[in-house]
Amino acid sequence: MAIDFTGAQADRSWRRDREGLGVWKDQGKVAFMGWGMSPIDRRWDGVSFDRTLGAFSILAAQRALADAGLDVSDVDGLFMCPDNMAGANSGISGSWGPTRPYFPAPYDSEDGLTVVTNKWVLNNWPELNVKENIKFAPDDVPAIGEGLGYTAQMVADGKCEVALYIYTANNLDGRYRRGGAAALPTSSGPGQWNSPWGANVIDLQLNTTFALAEYCHHYGVNWDDLMFPLVMNEHRNGLMNEWGFYTTNGASHLNREEYANSRPITTPAHIWDYDRPVNAVGAFVMVSSARAQGMKQKPVYVMNHNQGSGGSASSSSITRPEYEQANLKVARMVYEGSGWKPEDVDIFNPYDGFSSFMPFSLEAFGWHGVKYGEAKDFVNGDISVEGLHPIHSGGGNLGNGRTRTAMYIDSIEQLRGTAGRRAVNVKAETAICAFAPALSAAYLTVSNQPS
Amino acid sequence: MPKVIPVADELSKPFWDAVQEKKLTAQHCTGCDRLQFPPRPACQHCGGTTLDWKEVAGKGHVLTVGIIEDSHMPVRAADQPFNLSVVTLDDDPRINYYSNLPGIPVRQAVVGEPVVVTFEELPDGSFIHEWTRP
Repeated sequence: MAIDFTGAQADRSWRRDREGLGVWKDQGKVAFMGWGMSPIDRRWDGVSFDRTLGAFSILAAQRALADAGLDVSDVDGLFMCPDNMAGANSGISGSWGPTRPYFPAPYDSEDGLTVVTNKWVLNNWPELNVKENIKFAPDDVPAIGEGLGYTAQMVADGKCEVALYIYTANNLDGRYRRGGAAALPTSSGPGQWNSPWGANVIDLQLNTTFALAEYCHHYGVNWDDLMFPLVMNEHRNGLMNEWGFYTTNGASHLNREEYANSRPITTPAHIWDYDRPVNAVGAFVMVSSARAQGMKQKPVYVMNHNQGSGGSASSSSITRPEYEQANLKVARMVYEGSGWKPEDVDIFNPYDGFSSFMPFSLEAFGWHGVKYGEAKDFVNGDISVEGLHPIHSGGGNLGNGRTRTAMYIDSIEQLRGTAGRRAVNVKAETAICAFAPALSAAYLTVSNQPS
Repeated sequence: MPKVIPVADELSKPFWDAVQEKKLTAQHCTGCDRLQFPPRPACQHCGGTTLDWKEVAGKGHVLTVGIIEDSHMPVRAADQPFNLSVVTLDDDPRINYYSNLPGIPVRQAVVGEPVVVTFEELPDGSFIHEWTRP
């Protein structure tokens, strides 16, 4: 069977990136059936070929299929995201070459080391298509937030019945995002308005830190009082995952004093407000709802997917009101597409790559009735997984490392009843999970019921 | 360490040319009479494309106080820690600028305090706009 490699960006009509689209017409027609994680290394050591991104991609996929109770030959759709998470401006930490020699095949290029393509997987995991079962393996599959939405839409559209989505997080020697344009003595394009002052707004880190600093001043909130409970909760929940970075590499032993005195990055934000870059891979299995019946796991149905932006800065730096409005717009899209109201959401796993995202998401979505300016009081209540308000029950990126998978894994596990020590005591029938919060948003809503 | 030097393009050249004359300007929409900064091909408020440049008074207030302690930009590493604040323009508070607040020691800037524009010379002899205490 010839494989259809038509790229995800060739026809972008699958995207649900604006208000007014109504409830997703394919609600309940696609379900998560499995997930898998590779080991999580802080960095690739440069020598272990069983711990490359390529090797980890196959391993994570095998684990996801085992979790779903499927054979590899059941897969007919491969959704391999070829993104380089370290980014174009990472310099030496973003690519293995050209300063370092490549290795014998299949590690004779970046493919398999810092990115993994669909072709690499097909070439180096022959069992995947041994029965010529793969009929759809699109190029240009987006990052996990958009990518899972895209995968769900393709299954709903009949492009495949058993989809395997794989997402890589690469981290080599050196530090992220300090090369390329960030290292130049001049700055052109949008950078001319921020780089001269040392404001590298390529990264959401700065924008959202400033928006939250403005929030703290506006609402009379101390940064540490607001953020420590959220960050600590993430670390606690992450340690309840068997796969998380801190579980497998040593706990952070974070406490209030350590948080307050930790290395400052962009004051008022500390190092613990940022997720730890890692080298790891996550994989997910999605199937049609018809295929889901009678399988090993309870289906977790996709109820809506959204992409797009809630807004942008009208001037040099996005302000608190603009960021609040952007989050509100995204929340309206998510609720509209799901047909849900805030009180319908049991599990809330928005993106937390930087802690500064979290209060804005919480208040915009109004989860558990939280209104603007109320996040600090809310997070200083009982937000533990055992309590009444178990926000970020998966531990997110902050509690597990920058895999960008915890939000989805936890939502699946809470809803199908396999969350183990993290299992919440409140109702767990619906969930919101996301990668990227507002300016480049990507959300999924899921339910353990198809309607 | 020297600051990064901005490179003007066709859209931004009038702004940077004015800065070299130590004037602060903003793009002005002749259709709706509103200002915007940074410049865009069209007015973000009304969509109008008839835009000119208007000199502004150069008075502002500190909106946000931040301190860069571990920058993504290696060229500024030796300056750390340094102020990085957002300043709003009094002529139109929707407009804001980044600033290192020269003359204000790190950790001493105050949200809401008034500032005025100043022009800082870069190593190549060009100027950029900055904000400092009156």
